[in-house]
Amino acid sequence: MNDPGLKDIWVYLSASPLLGLTITLVAYGLAYRLYLRTNSNPLANPVVTSVAMLIGLLLLTRTSYNDYFEGGQFVHFLLGPATVALAVPLYQQFSRLRQLWMPVTISLLCGVVIAAGSSIWLARIFGGSFEIQMSLAPKSATAPVAMGISEKIGGLPSLTAVLVVITGITGAVLGTKLFEWIRVKDDTAKGIAMGVAAHGIGTARAFQVSNQMGAFSGLAMALSAFATAVLVPWLVDWMQTLF
Amino acid sequence: MQFLNGITLLLVYQLVGEITVRLLGVPIPGPVLGMVMLFITLWIRGSTPESVETASTALLSHLSLLFVPAGVGMMAHFSRIADEWLPITLALLLSTVITMVATALVMQLTTRWLVGSAAQEEQDHE
Repeated sequence: MNDPGLKDIWVYLSASPLLGLTITLVAYGLAYRLYLRTNSNPLANPVVTSVAMLIGLLLLTRTSYNDYFEGGQFVHFLLGPATVALAVPLYQQFSRLRQLWMPVTISLLCGVVIAAGSSIWLARIFGGSFEIQMSLAPKSATAPVAMGISEKIGGLPSLTAVLVVITGITGAVLGTKLFEWIRVKDDTAKGIAMGVAAHGIGTARAFQVSNQMGAFSGLAMALSAFATAVLVPWLVDWMQTLF
Repeated sequence: MQFLNGITLLLVYQLVGEITVRLLGVPIPGPVLGMVMLFITLWIRGSTPESVETASTALLSHLSLLFVPAGVGMMAHFSRIADEWLPITLALLLSTVITMVATALVMQLTTRWLVGSAAQEEQDHE
């Protein structure tokens, strides 16, 4: 980049959101093509490969995350309307949902308590600091909820955002194989488990399996966001006094 | 035009959700409340307008894309994650597996006990 012309272009690009937005879409496009090439192998999850490509590119060009996010925020923003949009598949599953409201409620409550309780407890026995335990506690809830809770109970909100994404990827990658091993076949049960453990990224994966699994995963994600916000601060207090 | 109307409606519900959450001081994110309100609207209305369906399908068909910028945020936390990588990796991985297995099994068992064979038969028909 010794050429003054190229340098000027770089100065312009690194200050404008255009580059961050474009590389996000290009990386995802490539990652998605790779995912289709591997016959939708969950290990080639497009979130994993596009995040890896983008981090590699940013490190190579010494671009900071904040500069990248100038453009990335436009994609990130769409998480809001996409969450609202989950009402549509949910409504389409309404009759099935009405039939299953009892099992759904019970599984959701169990799932939320297990997700938060087990991550605090496991982080503690493997020697994680208090901050790490609290940043991990809300990891199965959708990003904006998890960050709010993390801040409230003494974790680091921005670290929680990252752990939330890694959790979602883990769930999306392992989910279908796990359900096969434990012989759970109903799309409703698989969807609820995916949404409780792996929020929106799990829901994206669930929609690739079937519309019903996606709708139940979206439902579980939304309801467990409520349940996590209410139950986790209380659970943390209770675990502090008990252990 | 359908897409534009649909996305406008989704944003209006999100906005109303955000405002309500702030006014009431409830610890729930605005978009989640917006989703609940849209669900109730569709329920009362008895059908999904084509515009909302178009916009929702477009957004949800590439839901994973929307998580990419947050995932790239990992690079800002490399040192913290490197310092405590063992408890983070083990707790995150094991807890996610335990949560998924337990929730799926609880859902499967409670469906059988509480809803019974009627639901199961219907499931087999599908």
